[in-house]
Amino acid sequence: MRLLFDGIDEPGLNTLEVYERRGGYQPLRQALSMEPDEVLKNISDSGLRGRGGAGFRMGQKASFLPHGDMEKYLVCNADESEPGTFKDREIMQKSPHMLIEGIVIATWAAEIRSAFIYIRGEYALQADILEAAIAEAGAAGYLGQNILGSEHSLSLVLHRGAGAYICGEETGLLDSLEGKRGNPRLKPPFPAIEGLYHGPTLINNVETLATVPHIIRMGGEAYAKIGTATSTGTKVVSVSGDVRRPGNYEVELGIPSREIIYGLAGGPPEGREIKFWFPGGSSSPVLTKDDLDLPYDFDTLAKAGSMLGSGAIIVADDSRSVLEVALKLAKFYAHESCGKCVPCREGTNWTVKMLRRIESGEATPMDLDIMASVQEQIIGNCLCVLGDAMAMPIGSMVEKFRQELEAEIAAARERAGAGALQDVIALGVADEQAGPIPVH
Amino acid sequence: MSTGRAAVPRFGHGSRVPGWDEEADLSKPPATIPDPATTPVPDELRSTIEAAMAKYPDRRSAVIPALHAAQRVHGWCSPQAIVQVAAVMRLTPAYLTSVATFYDMLSTVPKPRHDVYVCTNISCSLRGADEFFEAMVAAAGETGTVSVRPFECLGACDIAPMASVDGEYVGPLSTEDAGQIVADLEAGRPVLEHKQLRYRRSADPEVQQEREGGEQ
Repeated sequence: MRLLFDGIDEPGLNTLEVYERRGGYQPLRQALSMEPDEVLKNISDSGLRGRGGAGFRMGQKASFLPHGDMEKYLVCNADESEPGTFKDREIMQKSPHMLIEGIVIATWAAEIRSAFIYIRGEYALQADILEAAIAEAGAAGYLGQNILGSEHSLSLVLHRGAGAYICGEETGLLDSLEGKRGNPRLKPPFPAIEGLYHGPTLINNVETLATVPHIIRMGGEAYAKIGTATSTGTKVVSVSGDVRRPGNYEVELGIPSREIIYGLAGGPPEGREIKFWFPGGSSSPVLTKDDLDLPYDFDTLAKAGSMLGSGAIIVADDSRSVLEVALKLAKFYAHESCGKCVPCREGTNWTVKMLRRIESGEATPMDLDIMASVQEQIIGNCLCVLGDAMAMPIGSMVEKFRQELEAEIAAARERAGAGALQDVIALGVADEQAGPIPVH
Repeated sequence: MSTGRAAVPRFGHGSRVPGWDEEADLSKPPATIPDPATTPVPDELRSTIEAAMAKYPDRRSAVIPALHAAQRVHGWCSPQAIVQVAAVMRLTPAYLTSVATFYDMLSTVPKPRHDVYVCTNISCSLRGADEFFEAMVAAAGETGTVSVRPFECLGACDIAPMASVDGEYVGPLSTEDAGQIVADLEAGRPVLEHKQLRYRRSADPEVQQEREGGEQ
């Protein structure tokens, strides 16, 4: 089943001519012939859940916005920075009009007249393509005053970021779009009530908005029949790491994860097995080869202790060291922490230091317990989830690969001539009974 | 026991704010909004910034586009560049500096003309990004025109290991490509054209099938 990736490689799909020839902007005409409420009902009926990471129902989010004539905004989150994720990039580069059409329909449904696309600064090519597409759509009357002769008017501005992971967080993004440092805000008030320039703001991911035209074309109820009952529709999954065919694959939600990793992406290289994999970007707790048969949908992955997140699968095969990946991950979050909340700023930095202690042969197994407890102290204690995004995968690594990490500790101590572990434990420094602290 | 300890940078400052350890002259009055009448700004830069300000309900939203534009003109967000943006946008240099230091793509220290961002995040490093980064640093060497930086995930793990060369995504890269990138940059040619992301087709197999069917 292909919706977003149907004909994605058709030459010139980024131009209005080809997009219209393939039936583009017909759903917009359909939507504009309906009342906003009816369009919103279709989006709600479709069960579409946000494709950016949180998986919140789009229809519900849009319904939180107050009705009536006021300064309301839609912001499309195109700051795709979650490690392992590159789906929005391909959508914007190859089918920019699909996103623009989704934005026009969504703003009609939520009675919004001003929209922004916040694209990460590194996506220069995609931003240029989008800018050209916006100009083309404007000239053809799909943007601007009285779109296609209807009551709907919309101005759409493309805003380029300048390189900060935190600006993918919705309130950090809003501050950045207002010309400030991208620090997250305290919630509530949620952006749907008070967001950009203090106005009610609907924030959606690129893939979510690009799905909207398909929902209108098919009808919300028909769309809801794709996928599972609570994870409807298709999802573009980015597969990377130790697989033979890394890339974006559009799948129906609920297909076995094995089918994506082995069937589509070709599985790990010859002679290798999967050791662990991130199901939803680097912020999701890791799963192991025992979890490969889990259906790939929001609820199943949540029940398995992880999450679908942005739909980015990163695979590590059995030649990889958990410690190396954990250190890479922790360094990333330490670098990207904005520094506003203490648990995140300190927690990410100390996690890096503790992992380095393991490498240098200074650590004892007690460091693993301290590390697990640091992760627990971060979760839920910050304004945004950047800290949690490190704490969850690191916590899961300590929990699931404790034996390997303990072996690394012992081996590194021996390399460094730091004294045998038994001696340290005999002194009562480490409590053998203390298991890993559970991480949610 | 002590041999292993020396390797740990225990008191690494870990701060990402440049200049955190530089002494500030507190006897000086703080810089205010520069006087537009006495601050010369190149016409093109001024019009770019003014056009950006006009796009938003609040002119301050144009800070990042304005700093990008100033960086293009001056090569980096130099004090002079900051003062020029401040004069056009009617903001203080301190405010603009606080924004410029937050974002990785804006530089408040001088840098070479060409930027090579090498992604060294998980997916790329699993496929050899760290080796490529070393090779890239060596190839750029003392040219003085190419700045090489390890960068966080650039969103192109399908072409891992990859790099962004003056904004152009190239990959998958091998260590041999590093020299070619420098040569292409110095010759002013498109960089590694056969490895540019812009020409790459989707990996989705049904799409591939469709394509093969269509070409017959």
